[in-house]
Amino acid sequence: MQLDRPTLIEAYRRMRLIRDFEDNVQAQFEQGRIPGFVHLYAGQEASAVGVCLHLSDEDYIGSTHRGHGHCIAKGCDVTGMMKEIFGREGGLCRGKGGSMHIADLDKGMLGANAIVGGNPPLVVGAALTLKTKGLPHVAVSFTGDGGSNQGTTFEAMNLAVVLGLPAIFVFENNGYGEGTGVDYAVGADSIAGRAAGFGMPATTVDGRDFFAVFEAAREAIERARTGGGPSAIEVTCMRQHGHFIGDAQAYRSKEELERVRADDPLRLFRERVTSEGRLEPADLDAVDRECAEAIAAAIDAAEAAPVPAEDELLTDVYVSY
Amino acid sequence: MPRKTYRQAINEALDSEMARDENVIVMGEDVAGGAGGSGEDDAYGGVLGVTKGLVGKYGRTRVIDTPITESAIMGAAAGAASTGLRPVAELMFVDFVGVCFDQIFNQAAKFRYMFGGKARTPLVIRSMIGAGMSAAAQHSQALHPIFTHIPGLKVVMPSNAYDAKGLLIQAIRDDDPVIFLEHKALYDTQAEVPDEPYTIPFGEAEFVTEGDDVTVVAFSAMVPRAKAVADELDKDGIEVELIDPRTTSPLDEEAILESVERTGRLVIVDESSPRCGMAADIAALVASKGFAHLKAPVAMVTPPHTPVPFAPNLEAAYLPSTDRIAAAVRATLGEAVPAE
Ligand SMILES: Cc1ncc(C[n+]2csc(CCOP(=O)(O)OP(=O)(O)O)c2C)c(N)n1
Repeated sequence: MQLDRPTLIEAYRRMRLIRDFEDNVQAQFEQGRIPGFVHLYAGQEASAVGVCLHLSDEDYIGSTHRGHGHCIAKGCDVTGMMKEIFGREGGLCRGKGGSMHIADLDKGMLGANAIVGGNPPLVVGAALTLKTKGLPHVAVSFTGDGGSNQGTTFEAMNLAVVLGLPAIFVFENNGYGEGTGVDYAVGADSIAGRAAGFGMPATTVDGRDFFAVFEAAREAIERARTGGGPSAIEVTCMRQHGHFIGDAQAYRSKEELERVRADDPLRLFRERVTSEGRLEPADLDAVDRECAEAIAAAIDAAEAAPVPAEDELLTDVYVSY
Repeated sequence: MPRKTYRQAINEALDSEMARDENVIVMGEDVAGGAGGSGEDDAYGGVLGVTKGLVGKYGRTRVIDTPITESAIMGAAAGAASTGLRPVAELMFVDFVGVCFDQIFNQAAKFRYMFGGKARTPLVIRSMIGAGMSAAAQHSQALHPIFTHIPGLKVVMPSNAYDAKGLLIQAIRDDDPVIFLEHKALYDTQAEVPDEPYTIPFGEAEFVTEGDDVTVVAFSAMVPRAKAVADELDKDGIEVELIDPRTTSPLDEEAILESVERTGRLVIVDESSPRCGMAADIAALVASKGFAHLKAPVAMVTPPHTPVPFAPNLEAAYLPSTDRIAAAVRATLGEAVPAE
């Protein structure tokens, strides 16, 4: 499918925003301004954006511990996200969730999830709501290659097939679960092949290529919207950083780390759209500037925001605490 | 005696037991790390480096990196334990127990009883508990009361490096399923730890300080916190008897009751949630078996009944502070305590 100019610009804008967000979060973390554990998504942008560009706020996604990219692709406010990661008032979860638990239900973002395999069953539940209410929307689970081995994920896939739900299982295969390689940890030839074994259509796409992800997602989402049931997409990609910020990545060779840089999906997107004359470098440069400003403003706002009041500790345990 | 970290002490316990008994295996996610990657082989040694170096000595048949599948890890470890191996299975953060509860408490914990006493399940599950790293609600819980609640599980909570080594060796040699809970805030703390293997029996509390005024019972990372308070109060002439039960199942009831008989006062400091938690359990023990000796209401110092928050200031407010512990001790002595 030929994408029009505004769509191409929007795709690049979201990918660029994710990258800038991650680069800046890393710098802030290294300066000791961000508490807790942070897992960066940089390098996998084409996956989140290639899928989420098809979705509206009425569609749902469920995410992982590596959730910043999914949040941004789904339209979450970067300032609210940054405040959350800093542990400040005004964060999307009021400073109670942090990087691994960012959620924005108004945007259909059901939450980053720090339990591997936690989100696929929840996404199946969201899809059940949609089907039960007769709504023409879909629910997408983002799961890693590591999470693809979890029993909860298997059970969720089977249930989605049995109930014929509008659920899409996106497996971001970045080669590692923490420090363990996918070839070692996944017994099947491919994650898509295994998903197909549950009785749904499943494909593998090159996650460096935004257009490939976009097309595969379009097909799966259209099928789910029109009553065709669940499907799975395995997106092969590379994370540019370690499992978490501070990970020395000793389990990856130097050569591999060099290749990761070379396979940058943002650079590949830029090269492709400019060489094909679909966008001018100046168009993309303008997006770069806009995103840099947005992220700088988000960091300023997060730094200026107060920490949560201490009595917040006891709020929101129950609806009427 | 050489000083070693809690992390090192645990590593030494695993190392010496693996050397002593070839049936001891270590399994879990990234317990070595680097399997199937393009770089170093023993890249992680567990996420916090506790099992580092073991794969180099014992190979990948005895140090097994698993996929991320806790139900299968715990179930396979329980199955292997009941058929001749002595697995030490790592559940990286205790919070992940949700996905493998059945294998631990309906399977491993019950084999011996259900099968008429014939089964042996020499399984150790090592896991990491506790708050203090802003790891938020899904990575910071202290879930020891849940395991303590289940008959058939032994539950161990070392508060220092010396105990960690002795208790882990004991756990590995034990024929029952043992839940061995390491506190993430203790890994870098140091104590004198002998190079040789030694064991510490389960169900024997440690008297960290001795005193006649107030009994304080504390668990895991709350022990050093309570110790700091005891040292501080000592300067004001208040003698605290600080007891570290070290294992919650079995529990050294005698040590606690005997101490309360002398002091007449009890403060319990614990990091688990207050409802149905450790503090409530110890309070009930003393209320039912030592009530006559009590000169003041029992004080419980715990977090409030909320999930663990992310923001560092909220997390600090969540954990029992030295101020709150000191105030609780003073309150049992009838001293006026400034409002919090
Ligand atoms: C149930 C559970 N087990 C283990 C972990 C620890 N953990 C966090 S992320 C991770 C690796 C996940 O790998 P993958 O699913 O491939 O996602 P990626 O990190 O590559 O994005 C692990 C083991 C966890 N958070 N939850």
